[in-house]
Amino acid sequence: MKNQKCKGMQDLLPEDMLRFRRIEDVFRTCCRNWGYQEVRTPTLEYLHLFTATGTLTPSMLSKVYSFLDWDGWSGERVVLRPDGTIPVARLYIDNLGGQELTRLFYVTNIFAFEGTGKENRERWQCGAEFFGGAKSAPDVEIILLAEEVISRLGISNVGLQLSHAGLVKALLKELKLSPGEEAKMTNRLLEGNWQALTKAKSTNPEIDRLIAALLGLKGKSSSFLHNLRASFPKASQDFKSSLEDLISITTVLDNLGCSYKIDIAAIHGFEYYTGICFQFLAAGEKIGGGGRYDNLVPLMNGEDIPACGFALYVDPIMELLPPEKEKRNESGVLVQGKELTPEIAKTCFAVAESLRDAGYPAELDFTGREESNYRWVVLVSGKEPSTFVLIDRVQKRQRDAVSMAEILKVVSEG
Amino acid sequence: MKDYQTGYIKLALPKGRFLSPTASLLAGIGLGFQDYSDKTKQYRLRSARFPSLSAKILQEKDISIQVAVGNYDLGICGSDWIEEFLVKYPAGALVKISSLNYGEGNIHVVASAEAGIANLNELSARRNDYRIVTEYPNLAEAFALNLRMRRFRIFPVWGAAEAYPPENADLAVLWGKSGADIATQGLIPLKRLLTVTAFLIANRESLENKDLSQILTCFSSKLTAEPQTPIENGLDISKELKGARPLWQAKEINLALPDGHQQAPASQFLKRAGLALQGYSEEVVSRRPSAGLDWLGIKVIRPQDMPLQVANSNFDLAITGEDWLLEHLYRFPSSPVKKLFSLGFGTVKIVAVVSQEMPVADIDELRSLVQSSKFAPLKVASEYINIADKYLRDNHINPYKLIPTWGASEAFLPEDVDMLIDNVQTGKTLKQHKLKIIDVLFRSSACLIANKDSLVSSEKKEKMEFFTQKLRAGLK
Repeated sequence: MKNQKCKGMQDLLPEDMLRFRRIEDVFRTCCRNWGYQEVRTPTLEYLHLFTATGTLTPSMLSKVYSFLDWDGWSGERVVLRPDGTIPVARLYIDNLGGQELTRLFYVTNIFAFEGTGKENRERWQCGAEFFGGAKSAPDVEIILLAEEVISRLGISNVGLQLSHAGLVKALLKELKLSPGEEAKMTNRLLEGNWQALTKAKSTNPEIDRLIAALLGLKGKSSSFLHNLRASFPKASQDFKSSLEDLISITTVLDNLGCSYKIDIAAIHGFEYYTGICFQFLAAGEKIGGGGRYDNLVPLMNGEDIPACGFALYVDPIMELLPPEKEKRNESGVLVQGKELTPEIAKTCFAVAESLRDAGYPAELDFTGREESNYRWVVLVSGKEPSTFVLIDRVQKRQRDAVSMAEILKVVSEG
Repeated sequence: MKDYQTGYIKLALPKGRFLSPTASLLAGIGLGFQDYSDKTKQYRLRSARFPSLSAKILQEKDISIQVAVGNYDLGICGSDWIEEFLVKYPAGALVKISSLNYGEGNIHVVASAEAGIANLNELSARRNDYRIVTEYPNLAEAFALNLRMRRFRIFPVWGAAEAYPPENADLAVLWGKSGADIATQGLIPLKRLLTVTAFLIANRESLENKDLSQILTCFSSKLTAEPQTPIENGLDISKELKGARPLWQAKEINLALPDGHQQAPASQFLKRAGLALQGYSEEVVSRRPSAGLDWLGIKVIRPQDMPLQVANSNFDLAITGEDWLLEHLYRFPSSPVKKLFSLGFGTVKIVAVVSQEMPVADIDELRSLVQSSKFAPLKVASEYINIADKYLRDNHINPYKLIPTWGASEAFLPEDVDMLIDNVQTGKTLKQHKLKIIDVLFRSSACLIANKDSLVSSEKKEKMEFFTQKLRAGLK
């Protein structure tokens, strides 16, 4: 058996982990600087946590890894966390519900079945959630925080697309479809088929005109939204208030010089969201997204707390980062024992410990291999008087050394 | 693919409800198999007309899985079992070729008339925790998700789903001849999920790579795109429901009794214990027999389903097999189900079975054979998934693959699996099919099981003791 890895799962090799940690480190640093605190939720949650809110689509829920626990005779299923936000919302309600303003972040894996086996069934994301707070300022905050992480990672040519779940929901309402048809339409939109909207001819030509405008035009500033407001004075109240909300957010973004594109279709899984939705694209891939979900906490029996958040998708971001090599040769030392006698071993381990104490990574070797990764090699032969030979591979020099202090001195002076 | 399969075409044919219509269809299109009849003792069939074609008779439920895994190129089985598979594995290796246009009934979502659920909208609107009992767990889950039910639990059962609502389940997903037929059982059909017709199915890889055209040509006159689904006319359920069943009263103690093979000996046992049951004799089996005790509720369900139902407190006591109790306890080690005593009937041995041609005499030799990688991974079929899993782990058989089956597992050996974990009474059937026992896992008889909490509950304790004492009197 050559390939023993589970289908749809991935190994992260040392080079992958360097990129992974880089993303994580940048994300953590930015979040902390903005006042967010890190949390971690369990891998297993109850299935009903995800069905109860009605915020995940049936097609998402049909792909969860669910099973009965060892004490699951009551039929209560558990799932491998299929989503990052709902568990954090549960954590917030269970533990931090009394706090009015809570900023949390997490790095987590999520699991979803994928039938072809070609894509990952386990994906990693870096997410942040903002519970409480007034409208629009938190929305702007999470967009800017996500942008900062992306830019600090050095990813260029990133597109930010904005949409608004309230606008889409108001449009759907205006179409006056039967409940069954509306559910079908919702599913089509969730699958990304936005042209379905144009085909659903409403009885009201004003709505058709509005749909055509929203699907056809992509605004680049809040002016576009002002134009929309002026062109469709007869739009519904729901539509108008969502439009106002989007205007207030984009106005701040404009003033901060943040560039974006307004694209009504730039929204996935909008059942989750109630307000602004955004996604980041780089090299044609979605690398992150988020939005406002004011109903989630109350739907989970929490208090009426508004919330918003985002997640960055680690897997596509890793593809965009240049490969990194372990930079151990600059300051690392290889401690090489000439043979494996008890005395030489003892000396080698002691030398390596002193080097590590002094802040230098030290690797041990008793095989006599040629190691080119390190600048410094300390040869331990065990013969008096010069117990050590210190080799500098960069300067191509070698010298005898009698004491640990001497080695440290030479290494530190470079 | 195994050597003997190359060039040969394998067809899986159904037992049970679709056996005779399938046999006459095959005869009519020149694909008849001599021994494909209700009376046959054969599982393996050869085609007189096509020397390269062989067939095997399997449980319908197994056919879709067997075709999907590639043990068979073609199969015929009911659309209910096909959809049950496809709803979970839509991109899998199972391809529907065509409806064969015979079949009966529909798969319905039903509620008890007494539950006060009249339509689907009420289900998605309420925030109840719905218990759904079904032989079709995948279809039931897809239904619940699509309806966006806020909270639900699915109880897969081996059968008798209609017996559960309203006390032990809120909804059932089950087969019914018609809405009217369902209503006579005191149930309201809320939604028809699909119409049950026989389908010709194929393994995707076989269809893409193997020449099946000779066989498919025979079917050509019968192939149609989609089955005709008769639309049921508006059904006056209230009329059908009238007098369908007396209203169920909550009882202090609930007992589950077995249907099927165990029914006759269980009935005799209860008679010996001095319990005169109405509706639990060979002539009349009701799902709800009566013992004439106003505090005792009785239901007749599958013995396989009882330990879980007792664990859930749906029943306080049940007569089941020790095999099914163990199967349950291996899956749920801390389950609150306890065996009170064996009843001495329905004794079987749970055994490990291989083909007589396999050169091993016991499990140790089998382990060596698997290690030598001649049979790696070892394919094992069983109705007792958890017992089989534990047995294989305890005996360090590695690697192995476990294939769940639904009875008559001996048909699988030796072509489709290498070993069975199965129950035997005499071993005669095994010999007939050139199989041999290489290990006896344990002996199992019928037993009385109880919910541990009911045994100590202050409200139930006294009656539980009274009743179990009464049953003890039935022991020979």
